Amino acid sequence: MPFSLERRKHEFILEVLNIASKQISGYEEITPDVLTGKYFMTGNVAAAEGAIAAGCRYFAGYPITPSSEIAERLSERLPQVNGIFLQMEDELASIVSVLGASWGGVKSMTATSGPGFSLMQETIGLAAMTETPCVIINVQRGGPSTGLPTLVGQGDIMQTRWGSHGDYEIIALSPNSPQECFNLTIECFNLSERYRVPVVLLMDESVGHMTERVIIPPKSKIKTVDRPKPKVPPERYLPYKPGRNLVPPMACASEGYFIHITGLTHDERGYPMIEADVQEKLVKRLCDKILKNADKIIKYEEHNLEDSDIVLVSFGITSRSAKGAVRLAREKGINVGLLRLITIWPFPEKQIRSLAKQVDTLIVCEINNKQLYYEVERCAAGNAEVHHVGNPGGRVPTPYEILDKIEGLKKK
Amino acid sequence: MKYATEHPMDSLLRADRMPHIWCPGCGLGSILTCYLEALVETGIDLKYATMVSGIGCAGRAAGYVKIDSFHVTHGRPIPFAIGLKVTDPRRNVTVFSGDGDLFAIGGNHIIHAARRNVDITVICVNNFNYGMTGGQVGPTTPIGAFTTTTPYGNIEPEFNLPHLCASAGAVYVARWTSLHARRLKESIKEALLKRGFCFIEVLSPCPVAFGRRNMFREGIDMMRYFRDKCKIVHGVDTRDVGIVLGEEIIIGKFVDIEEKETLHDHIARIQRIAQDRWWRKYGKS
Repeated sequence: MPFSLERRKHEFILEVLNIASKQISGYEEITPDVLTGKYFMTGNVAAAEGAIAAGCRYFAGYPITPSSEIAERLSERLPQVNGIFLQMEDELASIVSVLGASWGGVKSMTATSGPGFSLMQETIGLAAMTETPCVIINVQRGGPSTGLPTLVGQGDIMQTRWGSHGDYEIIALSPNSPQECFNLTIECFNLSERYRVPVVLLMDESVGHMTERVIIPPKSKIKTVDRPKPKVPPERYLPYKPGRNLVPPMACASEGYFIHITGLTHDERGYPMIEADVQEKLVKRLCDKILKNADKIIKYEEHNLEDSDIVLVSFGITSRSAKGAVRLAREKGINVGLLRLITIWPFPEKQIRSLAKQVDTLIVCEINNKQLYYEVERCAAGNAEVHHVGNPGGRVPTPYEILDKIEGLKKK
Repeated sequence: MKYATEHPMDSLLRADRMPHIWCPGCGLGSILTCYLEALVETGIDLKYATMVSGIGCAGRAAGYVKIDSFHVTHGRPIPFAIGLKVTDPRRNVTVFSGDGDLFAIGGNHIIHAARRNVDITVICVNNFNYGMTGGQVGPTTPIGAFTTTTPYGNIEPEFNLPHLCASAGAVYVARWTSLHARRLKESIKEALLKRGFCFIEVLSPCPVAFGRRNMFREGIDMMRYFRDKCKIVHGVDTRDVGIVLGEEIIIGKFVDIEEKETLHDHIARIQRIAQDRWWRKYGKS
């Protein structure tokens, strides 16, 4: 048996994974791509399962703490569904091959953390420019540089938005539980395919490594979206002529459309045009297709906003501390609410603007030095005071820390 | 007077993109023609012919061909090609790019693609410098040569590209020049049809950026040098094919070993194992 050693290794890995995702009870309808049932799963494993359920069939990545479990899970699971798992030589190769696979007509993704995410930025720009659907999971850790590989951070908010050069818009979602890691990974693929844009799942170390109950629904209950396809014959097809929602229908390689795709500024034919007016038209549409559809994209969760004059704004793992702080404050008779952002980019400007007019104080809770805070302050536009609870990474602010801030503000 | 209204390559070139950006005396036009002729002569279904280029003069080739073509970030055509190839093994994927793109900024990828034996063909046009940006030194610039960033002469030894690829596991390695058009075309045909990682280095004159600073003022000067000093030796040890400017250049087919399992063969194998195991664990029938 030439592969017996490999097989034994593989079985050992399977055992480890089974501990990481213990099935509590199952339904009858389990299929290789949707493991319908109730599980104890980490956020990373749940995100991997979400990807497969969404139709992802190509993953290329490079090991990095704290996201490696996503790659490990997919290395086992993707071949089971006729998918492809490749561990590349670095993050640059990973994201580029993900784009190649996407143009090959396959839903594809990669997963990484801060340093790897930094390396991927140039190609995220290429994905935005060429309108390539792809999903990037960033399990955030403390930075800058190697920073805190094993500890939590939320410092990639602005890099996600502005990481590549030039003007572009992308979508970023942030889960706060393993269940949401599963759900939002599917949502990431759906948004990415619908708007032909790179979508980032902004997880954090705590959510990625947290084990909680995850319910995987039956396959029939999972809604998936595929990229818009051209309805005209090749000779009439213009690769970058906007269709519905300003998104051009996408012909992939080997479909007989003989496409040319370039990272250079291009016209509707996809041909390079080094001209200011072509640039303006293209970049405007790339941004508008996200900004003008922002209402359809943006998701958030409200808690106790009706009677509050202080509202916490948070996301990811920090939003769970914030929720605790709301409970503690309400026990003390202080009316506090919580706005949890699920969509980070495009930024929910409208929601913050109207909230600022409605309440006195907004407190932004995040594990970084005021990255989201400045966005909230910009949108509040002086209509409410904006405060910050946070640290540059390494620990999640506790509910008591947030409560102290609330009480301090109340005393003033 | 009668003018031809069609070009023999019209079916494969995007005529509406002409004129191309390449300088007078450059070898890229003939090298691209060799590739397209080879493509036609092999009878590969053009629907599955795919070309990926990086950044630089050679990188612009993808924009002129009327097949599925991709012009990606600097140094990254190989990983992009891997994504295209493994998602549909029927695709015949060719990476057409320059020496700087493939061996400086993208050097890591070519080593690993050869090691993995990805079934792609890499055509590397070596013009000894970074032409697009005005003629800076590159990893293939011969020692002592003058470029815009080596005003006192290049102090670094140059890369031996065929040796690098052969060492990393390429199943087919050859070197030609833009002068040896027929032999180049035949070589590209062999590489396109061979399963596994195939590498062809093509030396090209670059009179505007490299040549005029190094005693090859016109394109024709470099072509004369290729004619006088190139020696075809098939199967020679790749350790001995380093280029010294002005001396004899060894060209030919250096490596053409038996086909071995490609990356895609291995992917297909583990897919069968994984599915088998899944059905044993969960399958009901």
